[in-house]
Amino acid sequence: MADDDLVFKALADPTRRFLLDRLFERDGRSLTELESELEMTRFGVMKHLRVLEQAGLVEARKSGREKRHFLNPVPIRLIHDRWIDKYTERRVSALTELKNKLEEPA
Amino acid sequence: MTTATETTTQVYSVYIKAEPQAIWDAITTPEWTEKFGYGGRSEYDLRPGGAVRGWTTPEMREHGAPELAIDGEVIESDPPRKLVQTWRMLMDQSMADEGFSTLTYEITQPREGLSKLTVVHDLEGQPTTAVLMRGDMEDRGAGGGWSFVLSSLKTLLETGESITH
Repeated sequence: MADDDLVFKALADPTRRFLLDRLFERDGRSLTELESELEMTRFGVMKHLRVLEQAGLVEARKSGREKRHFLNPVPIRLIHDRWIDKYTERRVSALTELKNKLEEPA
Repeated sequence: MTTATETTTQVYSVYIKAEPQAIWDAITTPEWTEKFGYGGRSEYDLRPGGAVRGWTTPEMREHGAPELAIDGEVIESDPPRKLVQTWRMLMDQSMADEGFSTLTYEITQPREGLSKLTVVHDLEGQPTTAVLMRGDMEDRGAGGGWSFVLSSLKTLLETGESITH
């Protein structure tokens, strides 16, 4: 699967978006901490974290006996830079054109 | 503006279709560092205790920035795999007052032709610098932090296109 597909697939699930929001609020949480915020089995949370890790949205780092999870926003930035910019730029230039047209002296 | 409530270590990673050595050179030589991210020239004395200097761009200085944007010291240099350094932002007084942080670059090669760059920036107790590096000050013209730096580095090494803030 292409990188972008993995990111979109990972973001398409509300539980995974919830996990990213929790990490955005406070980064570097352990599985136990994340699990306590969800009504889901430990195994279920692990599965979601694995999908997020495979998409590169979460980086897991060992810290002593525990694994800490960090939000990695770079894949979203890459999608932003590659896709969103392209479309918003066009809209902005169209609006600029319209403004210039309307403001032209008759 | 959105701001994380607590500051801690920040971890970023990006996959780049390039050799580890190319990524290492892009991070540590001024000819490369001026082509991505904030576009300043960086100089590294790559031995433990060696100086790290990141210079501002002429455009930044026109807007009143000092000559030096970043200063620090090399802690560990293992080319092209691992670079650990101290790091201090000098362009803003409140960030400079937060002092030195620890920055680690790790480069691995999951398979031939593909490298993974991981940046670990320990910003515990440095709330102002953390906000900048998280990219939360982009709407105020302060750039998109590490996400932007790594995104532009990937673009540069994969396409040759130079995007700087």
